[in-house]
Amino acid sequence: MRILPVLAAAVLLAGCATNSTSGTTGGTATGAPGTGGTKIGFIFVGPKDDYGYNQAAYEGSQAVAKAYPDLEVLTAENVPEDDNATRVMEGMIRKGAKIIFATSYGHKDPALKVAAANPDVVVLQQGNIVDGTVPANFGTYFGTVYEPVYLAGIVAGKATKTNKLGYVYAFPISQTLDNINAFQLGAASVNPAAKTYVVNTSNWCDPAKQAEAAKSLLSQGVDVISQHQDCTATVIRATEAAGAYTVGYHADASSLAPKGWLTGSEWDWGPLYTKMVRTALDGKFTGSAYNANFRVGLKTGDNPFVQSPYGPAVDAGTKTLVDDAKAKISKDGSPFLGPVVDQAGTVRVTAGTVPDYKTIESIDYFVNGVVGKIPSAS
Amino acid sequence: MIFVDVLAGGVRGGTAILYAALGETLAERAGVINLGTEGSMLTGALAAYAVTAETGNPWAGVLAGALAGGLLAAVHAFMVLSRGANQLATGLVVLFLGAGLTAMFGAAYVGQAISPFQPYPIPVLADIPWLGPVLFDHDPLVYVSYLLAPALWWLLFRSRWGIVVRAAGERPEVLSTYGHSPVLVRYLAVVGGGLLAGIGGAHLSTAYANAWFENMTAGRGFIAVALVIFAAWHPLRAVGGAYLFGAALALSPALQARGYGFNQFVLDALPYLVTIAALIVLGRRRVNSAPEGLSRVFDLTPTR
Repeated sequence: MRILPVLAAAVLLAGCATNSTSGTTGGTATGAPGTGGTKIGFIFVGPKDDYGYNQAAYEGSQAVAKAYPDLEVLTAENVPEDDNATRVMEGMIRKGAKIIFATSYGHKDPALKVAAANPDVVVLQQGNIVDGTVPANFGTYFGTVYEPVYLAGIVAGKATKTNKLGYVYAFPISQTLDNINAFQLGAASVNPAAKTYVVNTSNWCDPAKQAEAAKSLLSQGVDVISQHQDCTATVIRATEAAGAYTVGYHADASSLAPKGWLTGSEWDWGPLYTKMVRTALDGKFTGSAYNANFRVGLKTGDNPFVQSPYGPAVDAGTKTLVDDAKAKISKDGSPFLGPVVDQAGTVRVTAGTVPDYKTIESIDYFVNGVVGKIPSAS
Repeated sequence: MIFVDVLAGGVRGGTAILYAALGETLAERAGVINLGTEGSMLTGALAAYAVTAETGNPWAGVLAGALAGGLLAAVHAFMVLSRGANQLATGLVVLFLGAGLTAMFGAAYVGQAISPFQPYPIPVLADIPWLGPVLFDHDPLVYVSYLLAPALWWLLFRSRWGIVVRAAGERPEVLSTYGHSPVLVRYLAVVGGGLLAGIGGAHLSTAYANAWFENMTAGRGFIAVALVIFAAWHPLRAVGGAYLFGAALALSPALQARGYGFNQFVLDALPYLVTIAALIVLGRRRVNSAPEGLSRVFDLTPTR
C-alpha cells in the first residue's frame, strides 16, 4: 500500500499544475463574475434519472444546454454534500466553467467555499438560504413548492364525494408539512367539509409501505390521494386500481392513472436556469435579483414548481376556481395569507398577514382540517 | 373495521415473507442455512417485474422471478456444497451480489409501468363477514401460498421424499449408506428454496407494490430466515409467523389513516420487536427441534 501516498501526491501536483493555468482559460473575461467562460457546471446529489428532484434539475441543465449551444454544459451526478463537492466544482472551473449550479440543499457550504476561492465564477445554490451578506458572486434560489399544491387541493376538494382526502408522506419536515397544509387549505377553501388524512412511511421510497398506506386510506373511505415522497408510482397505481382520484407530485404521472388523474405539481427548472445564466453571461450578476436569496412564486413569476396538466375528471367550473385562486395568490403573495389556524385551534398566522419564506420553511404544525398527528418520539 | 384491515393487510403483506420462509424451511431441513434469501427475493422481484413489463403477463413474470431466485441460490449451493465455503459468509456475499446486480440492471425499470396481478375475490367466500376480506379478497399468488404451505408440510413429513430431505439435514452419513447423495439433495433443497424466495419477491413487485425500486425487499428476506426458527422449521407454523409480521407492518398505516397518533418510532420498529419477542419466548425451546445438521454451529460447512 506504499503506492497510495505517491499517487495522492501525484494527483495533488497535477491539480496544482492545472490550477496555475486556469487564469488564462477565460481570456476574454471582462472582469464581471460569470463572464468569459466556455462551460457551465451542474452538480446533483443523486442520479439524474430518479424520477424526482434530481431528474428535474438535470432536465433543467439540458434546457440550458439547448438555450446556449455555444457553451458546454458539464454535469456530475451523485455528488456528496461534503468536500468532494468542492473538488468536483473546482474541477469544472479548471475546465473552463464560469457558472456553477450546486443543486442540493446540502451543497451550500462547499458552494460558498468555491465562490470565495473563485471570485470570477458565479455560484448558484438551489434550496438553501445564506444568512447575512450574500457574496457578490453567489446566490441561492428556490420555488414556492406549496403554491401548486394548494391549487391541487382545490381540485381535490371539488372532486371528493366522501370529503376524505388522503396524503401519504415520507417524513414530517417543514417542506412536507407546508405541502400537506397547503393541500388542506386549498381543499377547504372550496369545500369546508373536506378533511385530509395523513399517513407517513418513514422512508423516502419504500413501495411496500406505500402500498399498505394507500390501502389503509382507501379502505376507510378516502377517495382522493396525494403524496410527498421520492417514488410515487405505487400509491398512484393502488389509488387508480381502487377507482379513486390521484393528485401527483414531482412529475406528470397521468399515464399511470388515465381515469383518476386530477392534477399535480412538478418541477420545471429550465426557464429560471436559463434566465439566471443570461444575467451572468451579460456581466450583470452582481447586484441582480439572483445575487441574493432569490425566491420565486406566483407573485414574482418564474416558479419552477408548476401545476401538472388536468385529467379528464376535472370539470370547467373547478378549473375556473383554480384560475381565481391563482390570481388571488399572485396578488396576496402566499396561500398562507392569514388567518391560518392549527389543529388545536390556535391562530398561527394572524388575519391579513403574509408569512415570509423563512417562516413558512420552518412550519411545525398541521392546520385545522388535517386528521392525524405529526410523528414524535413521545 | 380496523381489525379486519390489519388482518387483511397482514395476509397481503406477509405473503412475500411466507414464500421466502417456506423456501428457507426447505433449505434448512436439508441442512443448509441460506442468508442470501434476501438476495433471492430481490432478484426475483426484479426479474418478475422486468418480464411482466416486457410480456404483459404477470404469470410469466412469476416464472422468471422463481428462476432468478433459484439461480442466485444455486450460487450459494455451489460455494457451500461443492467448494466447502462457510455458509454464513457465503450467504451474505450472495445477498450483496443480488443487491448489486439488481441495482445495476433494475435502473431501467424504475418508474416503468406494468399490468400487475389484480385482486380476485373468491365468489361466495369473499362475502363472509370478517373472514372474507381477510382471507379471500387477494391476488392469486396469495391463494397459491395457501396451498403451498400444507403441500410442503405433507412433502416434508408424510412423503418418502421428505424423509430423504430431512435425513440430509439430520444424518447425512446414514443417507449416504442408503445410496442417496446428501450433496444432491441439499443442492435441490437450496435451489428450491431460492425458487420460492424468488416467487416471494415477485409477489412484492408484481402484486403488492406494483413497482420496482432498488432494495425494495427492505430486510424481508432476513425476517423470513428468522421466522424459520420462530416456526421451528415447520411450514404451517411459518404461516402464522409471516402473517404476524405482516399485521405488525399494517398496523401503523391503519392507525394513522384513522387519525390516531402513536409514537412513530415504536410503530416502525413494531414488526421487528414482535419478531424478537417471538424468538425470545419460543427460541430456546425450538432450537431443540432444529435439524441436527444445523446444530454444528462451530463448523458451518455442512458435512457432505
